[in-house]
Amino acid sequence: MPVTVRMPALSPTMTEGKIAQWLKKEGDAVKSGDLLAEIETDKATMEVEATDEGTLGKILADAGDDTIAVNAPIAVIVEDGEDAAALEAAVKAAEAEAKSAPKAEAQPEEKAEAKAPAAPAQAQAPATAEAPKPAARPAPKPAPKPAAARAPGGRTVASPLARRMAKAEGIDLARVQGSGPRGRIVKADVAAAIATGGAAASGGIFAGLGQSFPEAAARIEPHSSMRRVIARRLTESKQTVPHFYASVDCDIDALLGLRKEINETDEALNVSVNDFIIRAAALALGRVPAANASWAEDGTKLYSAADISVAVSTEGGLITPIVRSAEKKGIAAISAEVRDLATRAREGKLQPQEYQGGTFTISNMGMMGVRDFAAVINPPQACILAIGAGEERVVVRDGEIATATLMTVTLSCDHRAVDGAVGAQWLAAFKELIEHPVRLIL
Amino acid sequence: MAETKFDLIVVGGGPGGYVAAIRAAQLGLKTAVVEREHMGGICLNWGCIPTKALLRTSELAHLIGRADEFGLKAKLDGIDLKKVVERSRAVAGQLSKGVSGLMKKNKITVIDGEARLDGMGPGGVRKLAVTGADGKPGEALTAKNVILATGARARTLPGLEPDGKTIVTYREAMVPESVPKKLLVVGSGAIGIEFASFYSDLGSDVTVVEVLDRILPVEDADISAFAAKAFTAQGMTLKTGAVVKSLKVSRGKVAAEIAPAKGEGKAEKLSFDRVILAVGITGNVENLGLEGTRVRVEKGHIKIDQWGATGEAGVYAIGDVAGPPWLAHKASHEGVCCVEHIAGVEGAHPLDAGNIPGCTYCRPQVASVGLTEAEAKEKGHKVKVGKFPFIGNGKAIALGEAEGLIKTVFDEDTGALLGAHMIGAEVTELIQGFAIARTLETTEAELMQTVFPHPTLSEMMHESTLAAFGRVIHI
Repeated sequence: MPVTVRMPALSPTMTEGKIAQWLKKEGDAVKSGDLLAEIETDKATMEVEATDEGTLGKILADAGDDTIAVNAPIAVIVEDGEDAAALEAAVKAAEAEAKSAPKAEAQPEEKAEAKAPAAPAQAQAPATAEAPKPAARPAPKPAPKPAAARAPGGRTVASPLARRMAKAEGIDLARVQGSGPRGRIVKADVAAAIATGGAAASGGIFAGLGQSFPEAAARIEPHSSMRRVIARRLTESKQTVPHFYASVDCDIDALLGLRKEINETDEALNVSVNDFIIRAAALALGRVPAANASWAEDGTKLYSAADISVAVSTEGGLITPIVRSAEKKGIAAISAEVRDLATRAREGKLQPQEYQGGTFTISNMGMMGVRDFAAVINPPQACILAIGAGEERVVVRDGEIATATLMTVTLSCDHRAVDGAVGAQWLAAFKELIEHPVRLIL
Repeated sequence: MAETKFDLIVVGGGPGGYVAAIRAAQLGLKTAVVEREHMGGICLNWGCIPTKALLRTSELAHLIGRADEFGLKAKLDGIDLKKVVERSRAVAGQLSKGVSGLMKKNKITVIDGEARLDGMGPGGVRKLAVTGADGKPGEALTAKNVILATGARARTLPGLEPDGKTIVTYREAMVPESVPKKLLVVGSGAIGIEFASFYSDLGSDVTVVEVLDRILPVEDADISAFAAKAFTAQGMTLKTGAVVKSLKVSRGKVAAEIAPAKGEGKAEKLSFDRVILAVGITGNVENLGLEGTRVRVEKGHIKIDQWGATGEAGVYAIGDVAGPPWLAHKASHEGVCCVEHIAGVEGAHPLDAGNIPGCTYCRPQVASVGLTEAEAKEKGHKVKVGKFPFIGNGKAIALGEAEGLIKTVFDEDTGALLGAHMIGAEVTELIQGFAIARTLETTEAELMQTVFPHPTLSEMMHESTLAAFGRVIHI
């Protein structure tokens, strides 16, 4: 039975979304886990993964349409062996549903006739609603999990032996072309993939080298969905976003003193330098709002709130939980929130809305002894601030040599949305706040 | 006027040829079969089928001999050999008629006679010259493609020529007028061993001579050893690593000179009432018009590629004429693969030679698929081997067939089932389970997870798998 793909809800409050772009086109073969489309809301961008295997039979929602209701059908996937008639029936059913379902802004009274018969079906148990009648309206499915989670129902058709060999050799079966009946992956296919160094390993800058030189022994760690998302988004960022970088040194002796005082004042508190940085970044965005932006084709978005994404390293990769409206939160509140978010991020328990979106990112490698570095922009945001370690350095102050604890920060900016002058202004504002920390607690 | 232009002509109506023709007809090809003798070929008329009818008789004779064991008062009161043979011929006749019916049903033209390649006709079609069953030239045929499926015949060795009476091949051995008192069987492959078993159960004193160091030499060594023990216990004499130097017929008796195959060992002279020669077969490659074509013949067989193609465009060969294993089911499957390739069927796959099961219908029966333990090791596999004896199986004991063994060979690294080897009652009906497992590329895990019904002999397939991984239940 053809599978209808629906507009996912990226957050509990989302009512409609926009398909930023289709990553597959009609007629493309899709496997479970393949990215079908990129969905965009004002806050977040996320990929829709296929949870079934087959062919993308029909696209029902155009890229760019930003009024697609949550749960509305956006595409139909036909499974292997299903014919054109099955697709047509499913498309008709989906289109009829799309017509009868009100768009997010449409009045509920509109087309009441069309909607009326559907209502009881939606109320029925999913088991009934999923009966394979094209006319029946499927019950709304729960919003698909974000791209980082792989749907459990997806399957790759492969022989048991092929599966076991692939597992032992670290071959991703999703990338192996099956030569068995109905495309089943058999032993010979996996053997061929192993012989060519794994389907995933072909291409790239080392392509060709492997033919003339023996390949060094290596273990292949299969990609997680999270790793794929990181790879795709950061590659896209570095390739399509014109980065520029600007650095300043901040004297943080005063900040360290204040931090010590705060933590000694209240035993329950244990604020970190990073908490001050988040606060300072948020206030700096208030002073230089042009930096709180993101580039879009139809115009530069300027955000009013400073939603600060904080990069947290987890076992599976990087994730950026968000301190929303950090400009309105005190150091203690930020400290508690970041601790909670980071803990849950490492446990993999964050909700999508807790890490999707954000207007500005902070990446701190100071605690790892890094002096300074330049970070890759986290699209669609325009700026990311890279924090180095606070270290005692020799400085010249009023013609005299002295020592101070300096922290080098580097701002990476999307030049399309943020010019050099804006970046410099923002850095000046940030430095001023960090070096006069009392302003952070006022 | 009969039709003479075809898409495909199959030369030979055996299990390779007639199955290929039916598949071709299914795919919409206008097809003809040229057969010189009987539809169904050797298999159906002079091989697999009539021997199974004979072996049913010898099995019953054996069981009647054991009647008392089962609480029955019965005694074998003689053998009506004429009737035994008549039944065997009737079974063959019935099936041959059935094949003719299938040809009709599939609108396949059947031409009685022989055909040979006779150059090219207009439009790049193959011409075939036909000699009718009456020996007169028939009307020439043309076809876009030709499949040679002419089968094979018994091989003879110099000095061991059959005379058709006392020194015979399978053909005469199948229609005996008497049961010989003392029988010599030369060759211990499937054909030799089946006749040895048949005549032994009918009361002959049977001696088997095998040039290699064990009987049933293509089987796993454990199976050969088990079979040797069983046959010896039944009263057969097995001479392995031995050759028959000469056979001399005088006054209805055969004097055989049997010597060690290697070295200068002393030859012994033994007297027999009859000799069955079963020293392999050779392809029927003569009179096919292959001279001057690019069809290559090596060691009595036509050379083919994975699809049955010969060196000559549009000429294919399948089955026994194209080489071993000489098995009807291999010929049929090869025929289907070849036709699908010719017709351009999407997803057509060539035959995987590693997945062809082999069956020998002696008592106890022998069946196998895939690699033997020795072959697996030779190919560099680290193996896990499971063995389960019939004595551990309830159904086998209830049947009074507690003699047998199921052996499985798995790859230690991948768990792939590399081979399965069986000896014992009804194993020829069990082996397909492992053939399916091989074709689906199962590992030990799926075989272990499969529920085998109780009480059946098939439970031993499960137990053998479990045994390979140290998890056997019933021993």
